[in-house]
Amino acid sequence: MNGARTLATAARVLRQLRHDPRSIALMLLVPCLMLFLLRYVFDGSPGTFDNIGASLLGIFPLITMFLVTSIATLRERTSGTLERLLAMPLGKADLIAGYALAFGLLAVIQSTLATGLAVWFLGLDVVGSPWLLLLVALLDALLGTALGLFVSAFAASEFQAVQFMPAVIFPQLLLCGLFTPRDRMAPALEAISDVLPMSYAVDGMNQVLRHPEITGDFVRDALVVAGCAVLVLALGAATLRRRTA
Amino acid sequence: MMNSPTGAARSTEPAPAAHDTAAVTAQALTAVRGERTVLRGLDFTVPSGRITGLLGPSGCGKTTLMRAIVGTQAKVGGTLQVLGRPAGDPTLRSRIGYVTQDPSVYDDLTVRQNLDYFAAVLFPGRALRHDRRTAVERAITDVDLASHADALAGRLSGGQRSRVSLAVALLGTPELLVLDEPTVGLDPVLRRDLWNLFHQIAADRGTTLLVSSHVMDEAERCHRLLLMREGEILAEDTPEALRRRNDTATVEEAFLHLVDAAAARAAHPGAAHPGAGHPRTTHEEPRS
Repeated sequence: MNGARTLATAARVLRQLRHDPRSIALMLLVPCLMLFLLRYVFDGSPGTFDNIGASLLGIFPLITMFLVTSIATLRERTSGTLERLLAMPLGKADLIAGYALAFGLLAVIQSTLATGLAVWFLGLDVVGSPWLLLLVALLDALLGTALGLFVSAFAASEFQAVQFMPAVIFPQLLLCGLFTPRDRMAPALEAISDVLPMSYAVDGMNQVLRHPEITGDFVRDALVVAGCAVLVLALGAATLRRRTA
Repeated sequence: MMNSPTGAARSTEPAPAAHDTAAVTAQALTAVRGERTVLRGLDFTVPSGRITGLLGPSGCGKTTLMRAIVGTQAKVGGTLQVLGRPAGDPTLRSRIGYVTQDPSVYDDLTVRQNLDYFAAVLFPGRALRHDRRTAVERAITDVDLASHADALAGRLSGGQRSRVSLAVALLGTPELLVLDEPTVGLDPVLRRDLWNLFHQIAADRGTTLLVSSHVMDEAERCHRLLLMREGEILAEDTPEALRRRNDTATVEEAFLHLVDAAAARAAHPGAAHPGAGHPRTTHEEPRS
């Protein structure tokens, strides 16, 4: 692993994005728009907005980064630049860390905007520190980047890559406790939701929402999400082959 | 090597030194893609500091052969030495430049941004910033894209994009440059300019070039040729020698002559089977 190559890769990914301002705008503004909508959908029941709003602050960065990374790395694979890079003295870890760094930075901006909007303008009632919300959002973004990277290895086209979103994200969305508390699901589904990382992302957000201090559950949630992100990033690295058929 | 039908061909080479200065040496090289054997036991050498043309029809295995040399092809068998190392060795990554058939550059970056990034991969760190800048400027000048340096690669014409891809390969002053059909689809003037550049690179920088093409008239521009067909090497020699030995006016005719001769032999049960491992055992006939 080489720091300079990692930074150069991250800078390159950001430079590519800079030539595509529309994508940046969509990435940053869509989550804010959704929160805004949600706030007034639940105009009569602010308690519901608190619950769902906090959960969504964890889910948005995951979904956005999943989509962006899976398409970006798929393009890298299909354009031949991945093969070129792997034939050059670039470590796989440099490439993956470069992507994670670039999209992580974007996720920080996205989460800051969304969290700031929710807490200060939409009246999201957070008992804990907004910084912790931001931390979980960042970990979620990394998890999304990791999942996107991994999944892109199994997609032969952009069309397939987009279809992986419902396949990988939707089941987690249904089971993460956003719609109904996890302990009220059928026992089999609860068991499944116990091993899905998004459940911990949402639980972490709710811990911050309800508790003024850092709880043990919060630490566990943050560690699980971070651990999953690292694990999936490692799996993603294994899908980058220097020699291909 | 052409003029000996046996595996002992190497010992009859006029100068043993030629073997020492081979940039690439392959023995019984095979490659399998899926169920198909794409390379069927190839033996050849690519001499150092010269331009070797890899010619043959589309689908004959040129790209697979090049990928094997660069070290990106999976399921490669036999022996393949590149610059004194086994192909795919990590130390070779900075010594080989490879240009794929389709330009592999970032369409959403400018020409200069593309080169800056790949230069940063080759020469990382602040200390090498000056080297990077020099390498990028030289590569842009080499491929004559100075006027388009700040244009997005995706906005360039096909020929310009492939020159960006070539510029990336030139960045590290590689010892071996592997170019997969670099002149396909280019106009005659550009093609001539690129060939002049290849000769200049070989002469001034001592670089070994392996250039593939399915256009036979490019053969005359190479120092040495590997003629390929259906995963086998039909002939390995200089353009003059090929023309002379087959008594033809062009390399294209020599190639067709060799193909017909091989087909005729395959039709006769007495002849060695082409797929039997040493393909070149089948064409001792043109020898005068």
